[in-house]
Amino acid sequence: MTPFLEVSGVSKRFGGIQAVSGVSFQVRRGMIKAVIGPNGAGKTTLFNMVSGFSAPDHGTITFGGHPIHGCRPHQVAARGISRTFQNIRLFEHLSALENVMVGRHLRSRAGFLAGMLDLGWARREATAMRGLALEVMAFLGIEALADAEATSLAYGQQRAVELARALASDPELVLLDEPAAGLNMRETRDLAGLITRIRDRGITVLLVEHDMSLVMEICDEVLVLSYGEKIAEADPRTVQRDPQVVKVYLGEEEC
Amino acid sequence: MSALFFQYLMAGLTYGMIYAVVGMGFNIIYNATGVINFAQGEFVMLGGMIAVSLVKILPLPLAILLAVLATMVVGALVELVFIRWLSSPSVLRMIIITVGISILIREAALLIWGQNVRALPYFTGSEITSLSIGGARMSPQVLWTLGACSALVALTTAFFRWSSTGKQMRACASNRVAASLCGLPTRNLVTASFILSAGMGALAGCVVSPITYTQYNIGTGLAMKGFTVAILGGLGSSLAAVAAGLVLGVLEAFAVSVMPSAYKDAVSITLLLAILFLRPTGLFAARVAYRP
Amino acid sequence: MHLNRYGQVGIFMASAAGLQLAAVAAGRGFLLTQMTMSAYYTLAVLGISLLMGYAGQISLGHAGFVAVGGYTSAVLTTLDLTPYRAQPLVAASQGLGLLLARPDLYGGELLVVQPLVACILAVALATLLAFVVGIPVLKLKGHYLAMATLGVGTIVYSLALGTQWLGAADGISSVPPFPLPFGASVGGPAGGRVVNYYVAVALLGAAMLLLLNLVQARVGRALRAIHGAEDAAAAMGVDTASLKLKTFVLSAALAALAGVFLTHYNGGIGPSEASVMKSVKYMAIVAVGGMGSLWGTLGMSLALNFLSLRGYFGAYDDVVFGLILVGMMLFAPEGLLALQPRRALAALRLRLRRREDGEEPR
Repeated sequence: MTPFLEVSGVSKRFGGIQAVSGVSFQVRRGMIKAVIGPNGAGKTTLFNMVSGFSAPDHGTITFGGHPIHGCRPHQVAARGISRTFQNIRLFEHLSALENVMVGRHLRSRAGFLAGMLDLGWARREATAMRGLALEVMAFLGIEALADAEATSLAYGQQRAVELARALASDPELVLLDEPAAGLNMRETRDLAGLITRIRDRGITVLLVEHDMSLVMEICDEVLVLSYGEKIAEADPRTVQRDPQVVKVYLGEEEC
Repeated sequence: MSALFFQYLMAGLTYGMIYAVVGMGFNIIYNATGVINFAQGEFVMLGGMIAVSLVKILPLPLAILLAVLATMVVGALVELVFIRWLSSPSVLRMIIITVGISILIREAALLIWGQNVRALPYFTGSEITSLSIGGARMSPQVLWTLGACSALVALTTAFFRWSSTGKQMRACASNRVAASLCGLPTRNLVTASFILSAGMGALAGCVVSPITYTQYNIGTGLAMKGFTVAILGGLGSSLAAVAAGLVLGVLEAFAVSVMPSAYKDAVSITLLLAILFLRPTGLFAARVAYRP
Repeated sequence: MHLNRYGQVGIFMASAAGLQLAAVAAGRGFLLTQMTMSAYYTLAVLGISLLMGYAGQISLGHAGFVAVGGYTSAVLTTLDLTPYRAQPLVAASQGLGLLLARPDLYGGELLVVQPLVACILAVALATLLAFVVGIPVLKLKGHYLAMATLGVGTIVYSLALGTQWLGAADGISSVPPFPLPFGASVGGPAGGRVVNYYVAVALLGAAMLLLLNLVQARVGRALRAIHGAEDAAAAMGVDTASLKLKTFVLSAALAALAGVFLTHYNGGIGPSEASVMKSVKYMAIVAVGGMGSLWGTLGMSLALNFLSLRGYFGAYDDVVFGLILVGMMLFAPEGLLALQPRRALAALRLRLRRREDGEEPR
């Protein structure tokens, strides 16, 4: 298969710290890939570069053949990459449903004029947006939360709303930044099933995760970062046996 | 011709120095809080106004000293009463608060001093005294202004570089959380920055008063020029602000020679808009103005 | 009962009519003059409410946009083009019916721009100005737009004050009424006070309806999202800079429209309309009406502008608005309606207790 997301030789420096240096990897369509590594390995920086939140100092990122490094976040999103955040970023004062509807912003087009004049087509579009948002929420089993104020929900529910929001734009690739953080064992198991089902919908998944059992269970490939450099990239079993990876994770459980 | 040129230049430098001091005042508070204090110009006004009132009963140097101290107290009160107890206020909120404070100070000044235009007496000689330097004539007050402001800039720079409090304030500016974790009294340092910046503004307001006059409503204009200077120099950088202040002052002085003086303010504001348009990080400094 | 937007606007119009009847019945019909002016000012304030409450941006220069609208319209409808009749542009405009011949005070005839055309040009000019100013600053953090708009307000003020053909300190007077269908007009003889009042209320109601629609629609939802978590909105494909810019431009256009009608209503405009204090007043009203609460802002704006225009605050007018601004931001940044005294007290108590424990409040 041809690479879908191709990251080649990207580096990023913050002041005196080389957060990411010369990392290259590919994500193929339809796979679940994880980026793991100890704290400060540069995982989130890498994610921010892929999603347009920061531009790499060097290197290129292409998605579906188009260069996306240096694009602004909304432009990256328009190319079909959606994301969640490590510390959940839901929209305050908006209901859960409205949060998910913002996720469909890209796939709708009513502007200032249509909105102000409350035009028929804009209304129909809004109704369709609502329907699709509810559908995504039903897929995640959270349609009952639709009218609750998003930021008042329980932690696990907020994660689910954020995930629904990310999926609502019908992305081709979704970036999940530590989706299992703060979840209990059962919730994590549910999440594993969910991510597999997201993949089965034809959405490629790239995730940063600390929970090794989750990564080993669902991922097709794992990329390991340490101090901003790639130290391994293979299927979960191979990575688990890689002596360098073991060394990096020495002392951490489950590895 | 060259004498005229020299006069415009000196006038420009005089005003420029004041703008620089106001710009530095912006920087000090911005560094400590990440917020632009819209009441900065009012400190300059207060300094001049209080000194004018005191000089009737006190000798000039003492009047100025007391005016500066009084304005510093006002600066401290502004921080203590309005700002200190807010927990992580948004930039929007802080801007609106400082705008409101500037109006309250201005209106208080209007009530106390009325609408009259006031001025301190010339420090040496009178308005007709002039020094002759290289054939050009100028008022000794220009030298007073340039001297006092230069001294102020030098002292402030030294304060930040060498004094313990100054170092703490710099630490607080570069990383407030870290400074707080190291046990620095960050809240008190913010108060100190208001006091310092109020005092600087007040002193500048005193020395320039004989030339430019003082009125209750000069604050907004000064604040905008000071901000232009701070932006021009790159927010956060002091010496660059001085350079920027001088450039703006001279530019303004020469602009007035070719267009009606009613448009004088428009020159600096147009410049501000142009800078924001072309190079929001400042002309002199490499430091970014975009602060998350 | 939960009313939809159309119902809400209907109730507003009905209450406005009730107020009018009450004023006339009480023999205080003259109050309608200030009520009409308040309605026009409110038009400008609503735009700022959208900008501050939804896009999270500050403008300290909206009075400048009001003045740009007012002055442009005033100049175009009073400047006699008769001497330039032969000029191709003027001739062509006259041919297209864009100009209007009207009698002047001394029985002569003036050739001026049609008020409607002048209005369109005035709003277009303000829109263009807002666009140019907005492009760079909206990409930066809050205080840049605040300063830049303060700059715009000051420039407009000092240009108006220092330019002879704009009337300098006197401003422009004898601006003709703005003709409307069915013989009505904005401004004109005092007998039209009631008509003028209803024209203003209708305009305000229409603007309110458009804005209420907007904040519920896709764009409004995106704006509220930006206010909630800007980076997340961007990650969802919301072009944050562009939306903020458009909101700014829209609010400037509303301000200019308010300026046009206010000028025709008053028969003139002066430089004080552009003063920074006016802009600050508008901002104070939005602060007290509630960030993001269009109805709260509308109500507060009508009330406060009316009181201010009637001179209830006397010499302390500016002080009142300054105090409102500071007080609201200190104690109720979300607006009066969102004020929860008990919660605020509890928070204060907690803070005090922490301080007693020697802990730095964060």
